[in-house]
Amino acid sequence: MTPARGTGGPRAVRIAAGQGFWGDWLEAPYRQVTGGPIDYLMMDYLAEVTMSILQKQKSRDPSLGYAKDFVPLMERILPTVVERGIKVTANAGGVNPQACAQAVADVARRLKLGGRLRIGVVTGDDLLGRLDGLLARGHELRNLDTGRPLSDVRDRVLAANAYLGAWPVVDALRRGADVVITGRVTDTGLTLAPMIHAFDWRPDAWDLLAAGTVAGHTIECGAQCSGGNCLVDWERIPDLANVGYPIVEARPDGTFEIAKHPGTGGRISVAGVTEQLVYEMGDPAAYITPDCIADFTTIRLEQSGKDRVRVSGVRGKPATDKLKVSVAYFYGYKAVGTLVYAWPDAYKKARAADRVLRQRLERLGLEFEAIHTELLGADATHGRLALEQLVVDDLPEVQLRIGVRSPHLPAVERFTREIAPLILNGPPSVTGFAGGRPKPEEIVAYWPALLDKGMVEPCVELVEV
Amino acid sequence: MKRRASKRRVRLAQLAHARSGDKGDTANVGLIALKPEYYTTLVKQVTAARVARHFKGMIRGPVERFELPNLHALNFLLHGALDGGGTISLKTDAQGKVFSTALLRLEVELPR
Repeated sequence: MTPARGTGGPRAVRIAAGQGFWGDWLEAPYRQVTGGPIDYLMMDYLAEVTMSILQKQKSRDPSLGYAKDFVPLMERILPTVVERGIKVTANAGGVNPQACAQAVADVARRLKLGGRLRIGVVTGDDLLGRLDGLLARGHELRNLDTGRPLSDVRDRVLAANAYLGAWPVVDALRRGADVVITGRVTDTGLTLAPMIHAFDWRPDAWDLLAAGTVAGHTIECGAQCSGGNCLVDWERIPDLANVGYPIVEARPDGTFEIAKHPGTGGRISVAGVTEQLVYEMGDPAAYITPDCIADFTTIRLEQSGKDRVRVSGVRGKPATDKLKVSVAYFYGYKAVGTLVYAWPDAYKKARAADRVLRQRLERLGLEFEAIHTELLGADATHGRLALEQLVVDDLPEVQLRIGVRSPHLPAVERFTREIAPLILNGPPSVTGFAGGRPKPEEIVAYWPALLDKGMVEPCVELVEV
Repeated sequence: MKRRASKRRVRLAQLAHARSGDKGDTANVGLIALKPEYYTTLVKQVTAARVARHFKGMIRGPVERFELPNLHALNFLLHGALDGGGTISLKTDAQGKVFSTALLRLEVELPR
């Protein structure tokens, strides 16, 4: 454990971010547990769509439905984690936290860690089996964006999960869990829970809970606050190959510092931390979580040392009586095809090919909800804003990228067969079809809603290894 | 000799940096002053209406603006920016990651 900084003052707790999403850098958690002292390792795995993919895997095999990568990753770090007494919080459990915990327990036994590890399992977020009961009792789960009731798409629902907050994770930690594996717990809750546990914060200490929530938001995307994807002065950010993932050094009074292990690359600056604070921000005065409402307009930042930013002043308000619910439902099909056109007139040729293709689709009588064309190298990311400042005649090449979306699979399938013919029967100087015919993809869409808190009961179990 | 204009136009990229992300079909752009003294210029000139005009034809819904004077930052919500958003969207930038730099193309006026 980390020694107290200074004398007599309360001890800081060091919470390290190991994964910002499922698919993040596999080296990061290992480097966090071995690169210097930490007390907690926090790993965020779940995006909205992830739950539906996991639900599908579980329906095929009841022993699946969690982030499978988490298990070999834990195998690699568990010996260090146990030896150093580091605790882990991770929402890798997906829609099957028990199976995930069992898989980690099996690995721990293989590593001869029996008797030295207690795994906490947090469930209760999964509402899929309870949906009809909830709807019947008048919980309409209206879409937060469109206002439509969930009954509109009920027959196409693939997953439904309430976002749990920090408290069930705190419960697991209080009962001695070394590793806490959860289902849909908020990203911020995974960082806030260790602070509540370490400092014994009360459930109505809104400013403190808001501070911990801001800490969680700052590190939940991993290196995105320590030099990754940072626009300010980006060319001079040192050694991204060796980037250090962020560590929160939290104090009982709710102030904290963002730091990283010595000798790592990247940069922790006020500008970079600010970029992360505004990332995916809605109303900054009301950042709503299950635990509190954090007011981001009260945050004070200062550079307190090299690669060290101090955060203070955070104010919070009482939590609402609702939980956010994320429903995943089947929406339809899509496919995206690409071709590359070369100089001269690359831009014009790609535009012409788009026109030809659209005429053919129309004559085939195919109906799409949307046809979307982009010319990569010209307007794909900045649209007409880019074209206004570009001499398109000189472009050395342009990638034509056309996507279609439809409720009907046959229309999308036929579209995928209309790309290749353009190589021989469309505009000239075309290449880049090596990838073959595009594949139609199922679209699983996301339906955000609110549910009364009283309808959801988090559950904490312990697995002794 | 012609008198020089009292104002010069610069791109926002010279005064601010930005990061953007998504929430459903809405893109958010956090715009941050590179120096605290630039913040007033951002507040005065980068209005919700101005940003809506900048992205005209590229987004379907309204633009909302929030102020974070403590961080010398503005947060914009661009509604209907992502062709349905997330998995539905056919856009390369389905998650609105580079609306940030698209906003930095906007021009503002500075005194000479």
